[in-house]
Amino acid sequence: MTLVAVLACVATLLIASVLGVATARKRAGTPIVYGVSLVACTVGLVTALAQLMSGAATPTLVLPLGLPWLGAHFRIDALAAFFLVVVDLGGAAASLYALGYGTHEDAPQRVLPFYPAFLAGMNLVVIADDAFTFLLSWEFMSLTSWALVMAHHRDADNRRAGFIYLVMASFGTFALMLAFGLLAGPTGGYAFAVMRAGHHEPLIAALVLTLVLLGAGSKAGLVPLHVWLPLAHPAAPSHVSALMSGVMTKVAVYGFIRIVLDLLGAPSWWASMVVLALAGITTVMGVLYALMQHDLKRLLAYHTVENIGIVFIGIGLALGFKANAMPLAAALALTAALFHVFNHSLFKSLLFFGAGSVLNATGERDMEHLGGLIHRMPLAAFAFLVGCAAISALPPLNGFVSEWLTFQAILLSPAVAQWGLKILVPAVGALLALSAALAAACFVKAYGVTFLGRPRTFVAENAKETDRFSLAAMFILAALCLLAGILPGFVIDALAPVSQALIGARMPAQATDPWLSIVPIAASRSSYDGLLVFIFIGLAGLITAATIHRFASHALRRAPAWDCGTPDSSPMTQYSAASFAQPIRRVYGALAFRARERVTMPPPGDARPATLHVSLRDLVWDWFYAPIEGSVATTAGYVNQFQFLTIRKYLSLVFALLVVLLLVLAIWL
Amino acid sequence: MPNLPFDTAHLLAGGLVLMSFTLLYQDRLYSLLNIYALHALVLALSVAWQANIQDAPHLYVTAGLALGFKAIIIPLALRRIIERLGIHREIETVVGIGPTMLAGMALVALSMVVMLRVTSAAAPIAREDLAFALAVVLLGLLMMVTRRNAVSQVVGFMSLENGLILAASGAKGMPLVVEISVAFSVLIAFIVIGIFLFRIRERFDTVDLAALDQFRGERR
Amino acid sequence: MALIHDAAVQFAEMLLVLLLAPGLIGFVCKAKARMTRRRGASILQPYRDLMRLFRKEVVLAENASWLFRVVPYLIFAATWVAAALVPTFATGLLFSWSADLIAIIALLASARFFLALAGMDVGTSFGGIGSSREMMIASLAEPAMLMTVFTLALVAGSTQLSTIAAFMNSPSVGLSVSLGLALFALIIVAIAENARIPIDNPATHLELTMVHEAMVLEYSGRHLALIELAAALKLLLYASLIACIFAPWGIAGAHAGARALLIGAAAYVVKLAIAGMLLAVFETAIAKMRVFRVPQFIGAALMLGLLGTLLRFVSGSF
Repeated sequence: MTLVAVLACVATLLIASVLGVATARKRAGTPIVYGVSLVACTVGLVTALAQLMSGAATPTLVLPLGLPWLGAHFRIDALAAFFLVVVDLGGAAASLYALGYGTHEDAPQRVLPFYPAFLAGMNLVVIADDAFTFLLSWEFMSLTSWALVMAHHRDADNRRAGFIYLVMASFGTFALMLAFGLLAGPTGGYAFAVMRAGHHEPLIAALVLTLVLLGAGSKAGLVPLHVWLPLAHPAAPSHVSALMSGVMTKVAVYGFIRIVLDLLGAPSWWASMVVLALAGITTVMGVLYALMQHDLKRLLAYHTVENIGIVFIGIGLALGFKANAMPLAAALALTAALFHVFNHSLFKSLLFFGAGSVLNATGERDMEHLGGLIHRMPLAAFAFLVGCAAISALPPLNGFVSEWLTFQAILLSPAVAQWGLKILVPAVGALLALSAALAAACFVKAYGVTFLGRPRTFVAENAKETDRFSLAAMFILAALCLLAGILPGFVIDALAPVSQALIGARMPAQATDPWLSIVPIAASRSSYDGLLVFIFIGLAGLITAATIHRFASHALRRAPAWDCGTPDSSPMTQYSAASFAQPIRRVYGALAFRARERVTMPPPGDARPATLHVSLRDLVWDWFYAPIEGSVATTAGYVNQFQFLTIRKYLSLVFALLVVLLLVLAIWL
Repeated sequence: MPNLPFDTAHLLAGGLVLMSFTLLYQDRLYSLLNIYALHALVLALSVAWQANIQDAPHLYVTAGLALGFKAIIIPLALRRIIERLGIHREIETVVGIGPTMLAGMALVALSMVVMLRVTSAAAPIAREDLAFALAVVLLGLLMMVTRRNAVSQVVGFMSLENGLILAASGAKGMPLVVEISVAFSVLIAFIVIGIFLFRIRERFDTVDLAALDQFRGERR
Repeated sequence: MALIHDAAVQFAEMLLVLLLAPGLIGFVCKAKARMTRRRGASILQPYRDLMRLFRKEVVLAENASWLFRVVPYLIFAATWVAAALVPTFATGLLFSWSADLIAIIALLASARFFLALAGMDVGTSFGGIGSSREMMIASLAEPAMLMTVFTLALVAGSTQLSTIAAFMNSPSVGLSVSLGLALFALIIVAIAENARIPIDNPATHLELTMVHEAMVLEYSGRHLALIELAAALKLLLYASLIACIFAPWGIAGAHAGARALLIGAAAYVVKLAIAGMLLAVFETAIAKMRVFRVPQFIGAALMLGLLGTLLRFVSGSF
């Protein structure tokens, strides 16, 4: 029943895609397509939520599509139900947002047909139960999102972003195909149930882990495979960027968890070390790159890389605990990772919606041309502020809870037996703490330069408030952020069947704890009560405000800002994004990006201004991609010679090959 | 407080590692010498405590040597020589202080892992002291490798030798600790003197004391 | 009955931190003045300053937004809630289970986040300087603090502050290297977070030397009073934290009687006075560091904290 409902939603989305082709050039096209997507995603969300909370039996279905001897298997177990909730919640929010945002789109025929197909592809990946359906849906998802990235293809940057995305996505699918091939083994059992039951040699398991890290990791955005993400995510329209960052990366995480934790069976401890090391580097490099950006959407895309690193830290810890036979700790780590998946889809979508609103209102994505928008777009600014506070892990919002759970999992690690893990886990903990603090700095910069201060350009001075649909979507997500932060016990209990299925243990039931607090391990170790913290802060603030307004003065006067005696300074004298990031660039930049600053001073008497050049190199491009690109180009140039041979040379090639084959035959017989 | 001897020995050995990190952090020559004096003082305290709990009175002599010679005489002498010869007082490093400290952390982790795995059959107090001692030796080597200034390289070598003395005193019943430490101290004295003889010869083209006497008037 | 008793202790703690905070600032200023051969203002001067500021009119920049007006209340509320959860004269506070040490640090981080935003709000360069430098210092001080928390949690077996304080007061804690390293790191972080010399100068308003003062340059009247009170509360919080963890003698246990509570209160006041004295001596003896030496200083604290955590991971006896 559940499965049929979800498949019906997928079918509805595909029909909406066809409708999109038909109605794209009419005015009614946008509300129809997005409205149908909204309804389909909401139905999918409710169905999946009911399946997850009720813990009913796992429905399976085999349809006679696809390969004739295999069919198409579908299944919704606890893990799939949770990720369906994430996908459909993100999809519903994006569709609601797009009802308002999509009306400003100037090439709707490039966006409308592919958007519902993208949603359908993501849903199909999550419910697929055999390798063929999984890969087909994965590739469908990649291609539709590529089409959406190329929607504004007249811009050369977007074309380059699309090309790199296509190359990386194909590479990822190729790696996953090899991984599934290895898992299926010589018997060729492609159904997941067969793979789950099979026994895998350690060497095969190691190869599969590497291939899945390359395949799913590149889609999720692990360093060094993340390079397509900051190019492609900003290039798409904003609701699609929200889906790509907030939801598609989570589908990649689903793929990783499904293969490594479910199909591979018992993990080895060094697998955990590899994942933890990659995740730690991803976290710090993601946020450092984000700090150096002044394009709002690119900043958010790099920040997605950091959050994926946090999710993979939780997954790596879960792998390590499972390998050390510590099931409760593994359940805690996995729950922390999945909670962060949920949280990130909420606040990253909210932030991308805010960036889209700013783009619509001003036509600018560059923070250096904005400023003072809090006066012109107060409601959007408020929702964006909630998103910024949530992503910086400030209590009592939801970002803090998932980070707190990850820290509690790290504190359980001294009990592991292997030396490598004992040394790596505290280092990863330090990297996580460092990235949390840097993320707060990043979002102070993003919010402060874009929304606060004085407007730097004409468009910023004349921005208009966003439309009602976009605001509704943003406020719903902001409310969910607050609710997930205040009532985390419900989310943890909802995740219990997932960890029970994958690890074999679950966290203690949170519903019985007093005052809706959460106790991850035992009450004597640690507990946290989001609701009480929220109430305390609220009460303290209100009491203070009331006392002061009763007993102290409440006079107020407006006056010009303090200007040190030089009045009427231009808005360009206030801090820009680059100047805000400069101290952090000085501290970390030399190591992380080979940041170099060069000042050119004209000689005295020359009236030209002095200029400051900051050069940042992306070391991942320099060390990985540039050599690969170079060697591919050299090889291609070399092989290209074969295009231009004379007829005599072609004949001699054929002749030489014939002679060689005859020789081989002679030696072998 | 349970295990007071164990904990105090640990605390002093850990304090020595902390002092080695502080040596890596300095960027001025005089404060480097002051921290080195503190390093030698902590070493003296640690060796004296080991003498106390191991009932080995000859270690008191080693502690006294560390205190007198390394904590007081050598830093004072180096300070006077630096003043007299006008050596450049800022320390240039090969990589920044941040990466150096990170490398130091990795070296401490490495020495922990190596020592605790290799000595799994020994007494706990000796094992962990040896781990700290190896960490101090490696940090001293790191300091020698990442500094361009000759004086700071000598200080790095001396802190390395302090780590060796810590290891020697921690291992119960090691013979000739006193003699070895005296020999090392003499070696260090020779190295320090040698460096400054080279400096003098570079500057004045001679180490002949009669010829150097002639220059004394001009330097006033 | 026990519930009312515990509620009364918690309530008394909340009022006590609020009343003592300006006094600690006044004491430190007086001690610094005395050490530089001046008479110095009276210890009660900060209270008089706060009263005066509360009575004055707020002068608001023309383009300041609603965020600018709300932030002082937010900062004060977050800092007060955090300070009310740190055991001062008694452990076992009624609501200590609702926020552990990590949550307390995160509350202080949210106060800092909003203060940095308020610094960017008016759109002058002063606020920008303060906010960007504050976030740079915080990007290193917060992980150093978290590493210290990890070390303490691994020693005491819990992240609840009351449990940690009770454990440190019990005879089962030994002298441990990790605790020594954690103490060093915590002192350095406390100096950095409270904007004292050598990181920042709380007494000047020159761009070269200010971080915290630059962010609050535009505030006046009751808003400034709230921010100053919050800064005083933060200093008190850090002093109480160091006292209850590393010098827990005299602190009353959970559900203690009136006599133990009075002894705890007296011990607490003495510890605050000693901490203030030490801070004043340290600030007078040392000069302010240049701005880009500060990250190396706090980075050293991060390394020390990481080393302490690493040692606890490697062996339980460190």
